[in-house]
Amino acid sequence: MSLQQIMQQKLTAAFTPEWLQVENESHQHSVPANSETHFKVVLVSETFAGQSRIARHQSVNGLLAEEFHQGLHALTLHLYTPEQWRQRQQQSPDSPGCLGGSRADAAG
Amino acid sequence: MDINDTIKEQLSENPILIYIKGTPQAPQCGFSAKTVQALMACGEKFAFVNILDNQELRDALKTYSNWPTYPQLYVNGELVGGCDIIMEMYESGELKELVAGAAPAE
Repeated sequence: MSLQQIMQQKLTAAFTPEWLQVENESHQHSVPANSETHFKVVLVSETFAGQSRIARHQSVNGLLAEEFHQGLHALTLHLYTPEQWRQRQQQSPDSPGCLGGSRADAAG
Repeated sequence: MDINDTIKEQLSENPILIYIKGTPQAPQCGFSAKTVQALMACGEKFAFVNILDNQELRDALKTYSNWPTYPQLYVNGELVGGCDIIMEMYESGELKELVAGAAPAE
């Protein structure tokens, strides 16, 4: 199973998301072709209600701790409650472009 | 000095401290670049540490803060977040307010 599929499964099981997008953005970065190192996740879940931004991020990062150990390097997270997602008109920000940092740099 | 003591010392001496890849003038990663630009736009003085210069610190801070990626912004010793959180707070005006409250009076 690809890292992308594993992440999708884990996030679906843990957050019962109203919307989930796991996008492999590794090709935009200075890593070999077909890498699974840089991901963008957009996750909309009622479980985030009442949680601070830090708490939301830490619960996702914690769930994916094993994946970070196995080579996941960059994870951009856009975590919303269903209400916030509607207020944003279901748009998430674009990820920044690469500046070459992971070329000589595999350690996250 | 133990690396965790180094981290504590850096955090206690610098009310606004960002750990980035590269420097504010020459960031080595798009996420660090975007975050440090937002911080600079708030107009307060801040300190930075280039974690690419210190592998031990780079590994230890991830454990210290329970945060697996860089950049990491700290205000008054507390982790505020990485690129995604900082950009959200910058756009809402919360970041400017937070760092204005943290900067030492001149």
